[in-house]
Amino acid sequence: MADTLQWENTSLVREVERLSGTPVGACFQCHKCSTGCPVGPEMDLLSSQVMRMIHLGQEQELLESRGIWLCASCEACTTRCPMGIDVAAVMDTLRMMAVDRKAAIPDARGEKFNRSFLGSVRRHGRVFELGMLAFYKIRSGDLFSDVGKFPQMLAKGKISLLPKRSGAAKQVRDVFRRAEEEEKKR
Amino acid sequence: MKYAYYPGCSLESTAWDFDRSTRALCRVLGIELVDIPDWVCCGSTPAHVSSASLAVALPVVNLQKAATIDAPIMTACASCYARLRTANYKVQNEPDERERVERITSAPYDGGVKVQHVLDVLVNDLGPDAIRAKVTRPLEGLRVACYYGCLLNRPPEIVAFENAEHPSSMERLLEAAGAKPVEWPYKTECCGASLSISNPAVISRLSHKLLSMAREAGAQCVAVACPLCQVNLDLRQADAKLAHGDLPDTPALYITQLLGLAVGLSPDEVGLSALSVNADWLVPSDPTATVSTAENPR
Repeated sequence: MADTLQWENTSLVREVERLSGTPVGACFQCHKCSTGCPVGPEMDLLSSQVMRMIHLGQEQELLESRGIWLCASCEACTTRCPMGIDVAAVMDTLRMMAVDRKAAIPDARGEKFNRSFLGSVRRHGRVFELGMLAFYKIRSGDLFSDVGKFPQMLAKGKISLLPKRSGAAKQVRDVFRRAEEEEKKR
Repeated sequence: MKYAYYPGCSLESTAWDFDRSTRALCRVLGIELVDIPDWVCCGSTPAHVSSASLAVALPVVNLQKAATIDAPIMTACASCYARLRTANYKVQNEPDERERVERITSAPYDGGVKVQHVLDVLVNDLGPDAIRAKVTRPLEGLRVACYYGCLLNRPPEIVAFENAEHPSSMERLLEAAGAKPVEWPYKTECCGASLSISNPAVISRLSHKLLSMAREAGAQCVAVACPLCQVNLDLRQADAKLAHGDLPDTPALYITQLLGLAVGLSPDEVGLSALSVNADWLVPSDPTATVSTAENPR
């Protein structure tokens, strides 16, 4: 393996590869992922830059970046990567690491939305939009955006005042509890 | 033809018109749908960005429930579709993942329940000719931009049922219904999906880009097959225009609503009133006339 590039600090790339199950180290910076990224204009770090910073072990900069939370999971990068890297899965992994390690997340709206959504599923077995949005607004402090749309959405039956619970809501709570136990083992 | 139907959470709320039009269209076309009993949320994007275990376990709970119905699953939501397919893929290809999800759900699962999207069912199992035979109110000359978005085709080895970069299932179905789909380059571009709530400014930019290109290509309306695409192009269309410049009103309809109207269903039966950008001009007031070929009046 004499002609293989050896990085001085490989712990981050190894860890991200283990958690995401995809060969991040194979990235050769062709930038195809960044070129097709729909949220590129809003990103502080493009996806190809994220790959490179993983190689370089720049954990703090990555986990505190805005870009990992702007990824819309559209899978264009994953589909087009010539090295078969599941770039979108790497973004997922970095978000989970940021939450796990209590990184200073610059714009926490995405993380608070995820928590509010999953909290709703845990309670009802299905998403109860109005409850989920109320929790999101309280958590994010973003109280007023879209409030003007509620009357229209109510009138059009697009949002309901009461949850539509699944008959398997208790089973879902057990699934959440056991999934948490499994996540601790990773 | 029989399918285990998985509606998913959006089809009970923001996309109730997708649910109503899918059920009504299937009834007309002789496709039997059996609801999966006590189905639960698939976890969607919030699960796969938060917990790798949950992202597989929630879909698998539904796949296990569907196994009692002796038929493939049909779902209409593109996100549910991608999450159920991805869970199957992981269970089939990653032995650790299978063991983990069987521990979490306390039940065996081998990844064997087939999952299809309604578009796949319509174009591949039924075929455009079967639709053509049922058309009573052709969408004569209606110029439609078919918008697939992301998750119906990406990543292709897990979800695609047609060419991932140049899909054509909606075009083939709409042509069979008499419409004239336009060629346009943004068929599989992303609308921003669930950033809809946490970052609406991104959605405004992307929706405006999509709608202006659809217009430039000559479309009068957009056909979609995903609840988030629909919300971002329809409910958020007014915000997009305010932020990035005016455009003619461009309705974003579910493919099942357009096909439903073509096979003679009423506006009520396809939930046309749910749209924020009005599309009533599609249905002529004279019931014997064909669907309007007039310009979108706005």
